[in-house]
Amino acid sequence: MTDSINDLLARHTLIFTIVVVVFSLFITFFSEPYGNGLISTSFVKTLGKTVCLCIIALAMDVVWGYCGILSLGHFAFFGLGGYMIGMWLMYERTAIIVQEAATNELLPLTETELSNAIGNQIFGVVGGYDIPSIWMFADSLGLQLILVIAVPGILAFIFGWLAFRSRVTGVYLSILTQALTLALSLYLFQNDSGLRGNNGLSGLQNIPGIEYLGQEVISIGFFWASCIFLISIFLLFHSLMKSKFGLIITSIRDNETRVRFLGYNVEIYKLFIFVLTAIISSIAGALYYPQAGIINPAELAPIASIYLAVWVAIGGRGKLYGAIIGAAFVSLFSSWFTGGQAPDIPLGIFTIEWVNWWTVLLGFGFVIITIFSENGIIGFLRNIFVKEK
Amino acid sequence: MKINFYIILLYAFFINLPAVAHHDQFNIFLIENSDNIIKSSAKTVDTILRDIQSFDDEIVSRFLELWKSKSLYYIKDTKQVVIVNENNESFDALEIDGLTGIGNYTKKEIKKIKPNSGVRAKIDSLLVKYQISNSDINIRRKSLDSLKRNIQPEHLAVLQDAYINESDAELKTAIDRLLKFAIIKYSDSNDKKLEIIESFKGDTAIEIRASLNQLLNSSEVKVGISLPNNKNIARVIVPGFTIKNSNGTSGTTNFFNEDVEISINDAYDKLYADNLVYKKRITPEELKKILQQNIIGDTIGGYSISSLDNEQSRIAAYNKLVENNLAPPFISENKINEEVNKFIFYSVYNDSSSEVTNAALNTLASINLRVQIYKYIDLFIDGLSLASIYFLGAIGLAITFGVMRVINMAHGEFIMMGAYTGYVVQQFISNHTLSLLVALPLAFIITFIAGVIMERLVIRHLYRKPLDTLLATFGISIALQQIAKNIFGTQARPLTSPSWLDGSLSLSDDLSISYIRIAIFILSLIFLGLLLFVMNRTRLGLETRAVTQNPVMASNMGINPERINMLTFGFGSGIAGIAGIAIGLFSKVTSELGSEYIVQSFMTVVVGGVGNIWGTLAGASLIGFLQKFIEWFNPSNTLAAQTYMIIFIILFIQFRPKGIVALKGRAADD
Repeated sequence: MTDSINDLLARHTLIFTIVVVVFSLFITFFSEPYGNGLISTSFVKTLGKTVCLCIIALAMDVVWGYCGILSLGHFAFFGLGGYMIGMWLMYERTAIIVQEAATNELLPLTETELSNAIGNQIFGVVGGYDIPSIWMFADSLGLQLILVIAVPGILAFIFGWLAFRSRVTGVYLSILTQALTLALSLYLFQNDSGLRGNNGLSGLQNIPGIEYLGQEVISIGFFWASCIFLISIFLLFHSLMKSKFGLIITSIRDNETRVRFLGYNVEIYKLFIFVLTAIISSIAGALYYPQAGIINPAELAPIASIYLAVWVAIGGRGKLYGAIIGAAFVSLFSSWFTGGQAPDIPLGIFTIEWVNWWTVLLGFGFVIITIFSENGIIGFLRNIFVKEK
Repeated sequence: MKINFYIILLYAFFINLPAVAHHDQFNIFLIENSDNIIKSSAKTVDTILRDIQSFDDEIVSRFLELWKSKSLYYIKDTKQVVIVNENNESFDALEIDGLTGIGNYTKKEIKKIKPNSGVRAKIDSLLVKYQISNSDINIRRKSLDSLKRNIQPEHLAVLQDAYINESDAELKTAIDRLLKFAIIKYSDSNDKKLEIIESFKGDTAIEIRASLNQLLNSSEVKVGISLPNNKNIARVIVPGFTIKNSNGTSGTTNFFNEDVEISINDAYDKLYADNLVYKKRITPEELKKILQQNIIGDTIGGYSISSLDNEQSRIAAYNKLVENNLAPPFISENKINEEVNKFIFYSVYNDSSSEVTNAALNTLASINLRVQIYKYIDLFIDGLSLASIYFLGAIGLAITFGVMRVINMAHGEFIMMGAYTGYVVQQFISNHTLSLLVALPLAFIITFIAGVIMERLVIRHLYRKPLDTLLATFGISIALQQIAKNIFGTQARPLTSPSWLDGSLSLSDDLSISYIRIAIFILSLIFLGLLLFVMNRTRLGLETRAVTQNPVMASNMGINPERINMLTFGFGSGIAGIAGIAIGLFSKVTSELGSEYIVQSFMTVVVGGVGNIWGTLAGASLIGFLQKFIEWFNPSNTLAAQTYMIIFIILFIQFRPKGIVALKGRAADD
C-alpha cells in the first residue's frame, strides 16, 4: 500500500519535472530572442511571474495544507524578498547612472559626493538625500542576497517562536499573522521607513551589469531561473513530506495534541516549517519583482496573503500540484479577466463587464468550492475519477 | 398726520442746526487742505489729522472712514472733495455729509482719491480713537477686533480712555486685556509690565501665550570675546551643540529635536562676516571649483586628476595651489574648531530688562504646565473616542466571533453596507436628522437579512471548520466589496451628519470636543448596554449562550440550535450595519470602508478576550488608548503609531493568549 503510494508520488515528481521542462523549452522556442517571437516578452514575463507565484503557493500549501497553519502573512515575506533584492538593483543601477553622469565632470567624485548623488536620486522623492543605514549592504549583491534569506527568516523565526511557544493556534494565529502583515505594510507606507514610502522601489527590471542584454533575453533568463527554482522546491517539499518528518508534520495538522503526547516537540517542527516556507517565499519574491519591475507597500497588504490562501484552496490544499494548479489557474485567469481581454457578456439590459465582475465571480466561486469541494479542483477531479472507477 | 410730519421736519431742522454750523466749518477746512488731502503723503497727513480732531466726532469719523476706504473723489476744476453716486454713466457729487448735492459730473471731471498705505495706516490709527468711543457697540467691537490685529504704541492712550468710558462689561474685559498686551509690548515701565505678567499666571488663552512669547523674542546669533554685562542675555549658544527653545533659552539636542541652532561651519562664517577672523572658510564646493579652474593637462597642482577622488587628496592638491599663490589659504577643520572655540556665541532678548523676561519665563512655565495638563486630558479624550470607534467596529464581531466563534471576514462589508444604506437614504430624505432616524433601523434590517442569508447559505455548512469559514467569508467579502464598487463607483460618498452634530464643545483654547465624538461615545455605550441586556437578560441571549456552550444539550432542552445560530448571526450583522452608519458619519463611505477596520476589529476581540462583551470593551480601550499614546510621541506619523501598536498587540497575545478578560472553567474550552 505505502509502496504504491510512493510509486505514484515518484511518478508524479518525474511527470512534473518533465512537464515544467517541456513547458519552459516550448516557451523559449516561441520567444522573441530564441524563437519565432510568437510569444511576446511581456507574456514571457507574465509566465515567469506566475511561476514565482506557484512557488509561493507551494510554500503556502506546505505550511497550511500539510502543517495546518493558516498563515495570512506569507505574501509579506514574498514582498520582503522583493524589497531586499530591489534595494541592490535600485542602488547599483543608480550608482552606475550617477557615475556615468560624473564622467563629464572635471574631477572624479569623492565617496561623499557619490553617496549624496545616489541618495538624492533614490530618496529625493521622499525628501532626502541621506542613504538610510538599512541600505548599508545595498552595493553588494552577495550580502543583499543573504538578506533575502536572513530578513524574512529572522522575522519568521521571532514571530513563529513567540506564537508557537505560547500555543497560539487556529484562527487566532491567522489573525496574528494578518496583523503582522498589516504592521509591515503600514511601516513600509511611511516616508521615513527608508524604503521610499508608498513610492516603493522601481526600475527593478533593469539588471545592473547585464543591461546590454535587453529585456527579451533577461525575461527568458528569469523565466528559466523561476522554473528551475520551482522544480527544485517541488522536489524538496516532495521528499520532505514523504519522509518521516513529513509524516509528523501532517500528524500535527490532524491532531496536534496527540503528536505532543507522543513526545514530539511540536513547536520545533512548526517553527521549522514556518521559517523554511517564509524563506522560500522570500526567494520567490526576489525572483518575481525583477520581472515585475516595481514593488510598493500595497503589494504586502494583508489581502494579498489571503488571496494566496484562496489560490491554494481552489487548487486543492494538501497536494503540492494542487497548489501549483490553483496559483497558475487563478492568477492567469485574473489577469486575463481584469486585463480586459475576456469578452463581455451582454444580457439585454445589462452587460457583464468582466473587468468589474471577475472579482465577484472569483469570490462566490471560491465560496462554492470551499463548501462543496474541500480539496479544491484536484479533489473535485479526483472524486469524478474515483466514481468512474 | 400732516401736523406730525411738520413737527418732525421742524424738529429735525432745529436739531441739525449746530451740526450744520460745524459742517460749514468742516467744509472750509476741507477746502483749505484740499491739496494735501488729494495728494497726501505720510509727511503732510500728520498736520491734517491733528487739526481735524477739533471737529465734530461723527463727521470726522465718517470722513476718515471714507478717506481710508478710497471712497472719496474730487472735482478736478474746483478741487472740492466730494463723495459720488453713480447715475447712468455720470456722477452725482455730494458733500461729505452725503446730503447736500453739488452737481452732476461726467467721469472725466472727477477723480478718485487714493491715499497710499502709509497714509491709510495713519488714518486708521486715528480712526480707531473715534470708533472705539462710538455710541454703537457693534462699531466699538469691530474696532477692537481690528486693533487686536494691529496694535500700535499710540493706541495706548486711546485704549486707556476707552476702558474708562466703556459701559459694556464684556467689551470692557476685552479692552482691558488688549490694553495689557499693549502695555507689555510698548510700555517703558517695567513695574507695570511685571504686574501684568504676574496677573497672566495660569491663564491659558492662546493670545496671552503669544503675547508672552513675543516678549521673549530674542535676537539673531551674536558673537563676542566674552558675554556683555549690560545686555539681557537670552541664551549662550554652543555651535554644533545647542538648540533654540521656543522661549528663547537654549537646550541640548535630544531625540525629538536634532537641529542645532548654528553649525560650527556657520559659526565660523559668522565670525568671518563680523571681521573677527580674517581667513575665509573654503567650502568643499568652492574648493572643487577652484581645483577645476586650475587644471593643467591631467594634473592639478602636481596631482593627477584621477587621484582626486577623496577629500584628503583634494585638500593636498589645493594646498599645493595655495603654495603657488593660486588660491586663498585653506582653513582646516581643526583650525575652524579652534577659532570658533575662542569666541562666545549668544543671543539677547529684545526686551532689555532681565526682570521682565524672567517673569515672563516664569509665567509662561506656569501656563505651559496647565496647557500640558489640558493636553493630557485631550489625549485621554482622543483615546476614548478612538476606543469608541474600535468598539463600534468590533461590537458585532463580539457576537459572531466572540460568542459564536464564527470568523466572519465579511463583517467589514456589513459595516460598509450599513454606511451605504445611510448614504442611499440621504438621497431620498433630505432632512439629515430624519434620514438618520430612518437609516439606523433600515441598516439594521438590511444587514440582519444579509447576515441571515449568509448564515443559511454558507456558514451553516462550515461550523466545524473555522479556517474554512474564514476563507469562505473572505470570498464573500471580496465579492461584496466589488459589487459595492460596481454600484457606487470607487469615489467616496458623503454621509452628512445632521447640523446639530457639527461643531464642538469648547472647554478652553486647547481643549474642545466635537459633538460627533461625543455622539459616537454615547452610541457605543448604548450598544454595550443593549448587547449586555440581550445576552444576559433575554431569552435569545440565554439560548445563544446555551447553544454556544453545548449545542446537543441545548437542543435536548427544546432549543432549536439552527434557529438560534441564524438569529444570533443576524443580530451581530445588524449591529455591524448600525456601526457602519456611525463610522460613515465621520469618515467617507467607500467600498473599502469595512476592510480598513476588519483587522483592528478582530484584534480588538482577540485582545479583549473571546466570548466576553466586557472583554471587547477592554480590548477596544487598550487598543484605542495605546494608539493615541504612541501617536503622542510622534504626532506627525500615525502610520508608525499603528505599526507599533500592532507589534505590541502581537507581543501582548504571546503573553496573554486568551486576552484581557479570559474565560475560566468549562466555558474556556474551545
